[in-house]
Amino acid sequence: MSRSGRESDQWRDAKLAAALFAIAPFDTRGVVLKALPGPARDAWLDDLARLTGGPEASRRIPLSITHERLIGGLDLAATLSSGRAVFESGILEALNGRIGVLAMAERLESWRAATIAHAMDRCAVVIEREGMSAVRPTRFGLIAIDESCEDGDGVAPSLLDRLAFHVDLTGIPLRTVKQANNPPADVGDARALYRHVDHAEDILMAMAQAAAAFGVHSTRALILALAVARAHAALSGRTQLEEEDAVIAGRLVLGPRATSIPDTAPQPDERSEDNADGDAIQPEEPCDPGHDADDRDDTGPDDDARLEDLTELIVAAVDAAVPVDLDGTKRLVSRRSTGPGGGAGAKTASRHRGRPIGVRPGTPAGGARLAIVDTLRAAAPWQRVRQPSEGGEGSPRRIAVRREDLRIKRFADRTESETIFVVDASGSSAMNRLAEAKGAVEYLLADCYVRRDQVALIAMRGRRADLVLPPTRSLSRAKRLLAGLPGGGGTPMASGIEAALALADAARRRGRQPVIVLLTDGAANVARDGTGGRSRAKADALTAAKYVRANGIDAILIDTAPRASAFSAELAGAMDAAYHALPRLDAKAVQTIVRTGARPMPR
Amino acid sequence: MGQPFPFSAIVGQDDMKTALLIAAVDPAIGGVLIIGDRGTGKSTAVRALAGLLPEIDAVEGCPYNSDPSKPIAGARVGDDGQPRASRRIKVPVVDLPLGATEDRVVGALDLEKALTSGVKAFEPGLLARANRGFLYIDEVNLLEDHIVDLLLDVAATGENVVEREGLSVRHPARFVLVGSGNPEEGELRPQLLDRFGLAVEVATPSSIDERVEVVRRRDAYERDPDAFAARWADEDLRLGDRVSAARDLCHSIDVPDAVLIRAAEICGALGTDGLRGELTLMRAARVAAALDGRDTVTLDDLRAIAPAALRHRLRRDPLDETGSGARIERALAETYKS
Repeated sequence: MSRSGRESDQWRDAKLAAALFAIAPFDTRGVVLKALPGPARDAWLDDLARLTGGPEASRRIPLSITHERLIGGLDLAATLSSGRAVFESGILEALNGRIGVLAMAERLESWRAATIAHAMDRCAVVIEREGMSAVRPTRFGLIAIDESCEDGDGVAPSLLDRLAFHVDLTGIPLRTVKQANNPPADVGDARALYRHVDHAEDILMAMAQAAAAFGVHSTRALILALAVARAHAALSGRTQLEEEDAVIAGRLVLGPRATSIPDTAPQPDERSEDNADGDAIQPEEPCDPGHDADDRDDTGPDDDARLEDLTELIVAAVDAAVPVDLDGTKRLVSRRSTGPGGGAGAKTASRHRGRPIGVRPGTPAGGARLAIVDTLRAAAPWQRVRQPSEGGEGSPRRIAVRREDLRIKRFADRTESETIFVVDASGSSAMNRLAEAKGAVEYLLADCYVRRDQVALIAMRGRRADLVLPPTRSLSRAKRLLAGLPGGGGTPMASGIEAALALADAARRRGRQPVIVLLTDGAANVARDGTGGRSRAKADALTAAKYVRANGIDAILIDTAPRASAFSAELAGAMDAAYHALPRLDAKAVQTIVRTGARPMPR
Repeated sequence: MGQPFPFSAIVGQDDMKTALLIAAVDPAIGGVLIIGDRGTGKSTAVRALAGLLPEIDAVEGCPYNSDPSKPIAGARVGDDGQPRASRRIKVPVVDLPLGATEDRVVGALDLEKALTSGVKAFEPGLLARANRGFLYIDEVNLLEDHIVDLLLDVAATGENVVEREGLSVRHPARFVLVGSGNPEEGELRPQLLDRFGLAVEVATPSSIDERVEVVRRRDAYERDPDAFAARWADEDLRLGDRVSAARDLCHSIDVPDAVLIRAAEICGALGTDGLRGELTLMRAARVAAALDGRDTVTLDDLRAIAPAALRHRLRRDPLDETGSGARIERALAETYKS
């Protein structure tokens, strides 16, 4: 298909997604819109606004919204004037019956994403804070706008999983937007019809089989696909589900979630039953649709054939919808999902708040936040003593608050760190180095629950550096991604250091303290551009190292050569890194070095 | 909140359902940690459990759900001086939501009363409400450290001690802690892990038929929750009866020496730290037998419950590639060979 044909299809599907979402916003939950600001995005959002009832129907959710504003909290003015705790509802409650719009969603922190996700699951906000205890019902749809550029960033998995539509507007040119701009259908009738669309067993079965074929194992995805199919039936004015609905659902919901592509049409006799071992973390093999269909003994041969056909139709649609990179390769969702999202938009370190760790006496100077209710509680027992006869009954009560009553909220001061390993995965001792590096990573992660530090690993091998382990706190993810790490090829040192720099930069943006740990024997032999040549490789590496120093990033260089390599020492100097020689590399030693810090040692 | 999804209608997830039932029969076992990916029905199961359990007797209007036969001082008599009635209530299942602040968890000065009438009164928190019931924490990994510390303290002693804002209050806080978590979000502290008696892993159902059934039932439930609940009411009732019967039975169940020895062997083979693993293993096996209506624990009971009782107590060796599940399998295979 031609490029412009693909773009038209992409745009057409995007608009269809908007319409279907507008028909059943609470069942389909929402849209992850991957789009940078631009005409396509504006046009899409405008259409959506028209379909969902205008600006009244939606609310923006600020990225760095506080607990109180999100869940609900104290109405400060009312509390102080009335002397009682008065609460105002948070944005999650205000969203009831509406659509939330979240820009820069890829930077939303874990706990905010989790709070929104819980509210969606429960259809209510559960509030237990500052004296208030309540469960407030709320049903809303969510548009999460993903404005990330690099691969690897992305919207929190907890939201990705729950929002039916993943719409990608990247690369859609203005002319496509202008061409296809017919006014969107009015979805009022469809909305009324949606509730009455019937259940259809064969459609459900076929979608389940197609989902399995593409490695989409989440039951939620299936539930969402069903809702989308129904919305489409309603849009077409029907109460009976038909093939077309399933095909659209497959395309819009299952396609972007595919984790594997089936090789060929599955044969009933060949593959064996999927072996369930209950471990959520191991990748599961695609189930064999043909085999399962044969097991259902309450369907006759004609039904089987129809099911097969329907499944194939859906499979074809999903296949066509799996996102494709510029070079034509299919982009599958890897289980290498991103860690917790970025911090607040402001880049100033001072704005970053650590995790809340309780309340203590103190004054709200220097940016500390007053804990109103706790302050009031501290002052309350003393009122009788401080103001024995304050007005008559019915006069507004004043509360005498003294300095010693003031309570402030505490946040964790210590910035969490991110240790970035850069490992030389080339040469004869590569396997050993990798193994020990892996061990060190796992040791660090095994006790990092205390420090909430993150670890990442970049392997230098062949022509370029690979980000093998994106920053994570999870030991299980590390084990999974580091298992069977291959080595070999040359040492692209400069690329490795640059990749580490990129991670360090990202870490800083998120308010974490990066530390780069380079494990190498000093034998750089691949230059930045991937060509061989020892001297150029070394020169490039030194240049990259200077950037590390210039950016003030803490670094450690561990020399694994049997005899201390002069180049390693030089590199360490250029990076302003602490140099350690460990000819007999061992994971525990690495862990100790990393733990005790990266002050450059006098050499 | 509406009709909860019926426990018996949950498809598959037998490990999780069994663990929850065991914890419900014998709270002393110490709670359940449910580990797994998103969307695997964790919170549904816990809320469904509430709908299933038999009602308990509690003092009317008591914020601690105290038992009429052993009431908390003062709870027996109402504000008017008359003895309070007792009534039957559903077993409390209390959510500890994200963003909960300390004052709501442990309880604090009742601000309203203090400011309007100058009276110093304690406003009980979630720990009070959860007494004699369940406390459910979704996403334990995201819970703030200082709240975790609080919970550990209370769970260990069974009592909540509040010293703040001029108050000095102590009240019973015996509850079954149920936590769900996603290992992708990070590790749990060993002290927290240890607090949980049983740990189960859940995964999305692997067979297509099972997945379809999950969707079918979810769909039916959403279209008409009351009718759906009615369909499963009998089965839930039977399960509730089994739980009651097991409660009465389990303390008089015989644990043969062979089982005691085997339990020690299993723990020895796995190198679990301390005795808590062994004790939990035995208690849980006993309850499993009781739930089955038997009066003796068998070696099979032990084998079936070993993974749940021990998987989170294995000494961590980060360099060991094998997951805890595999290690337990291996140890069981060895000890059961003879």
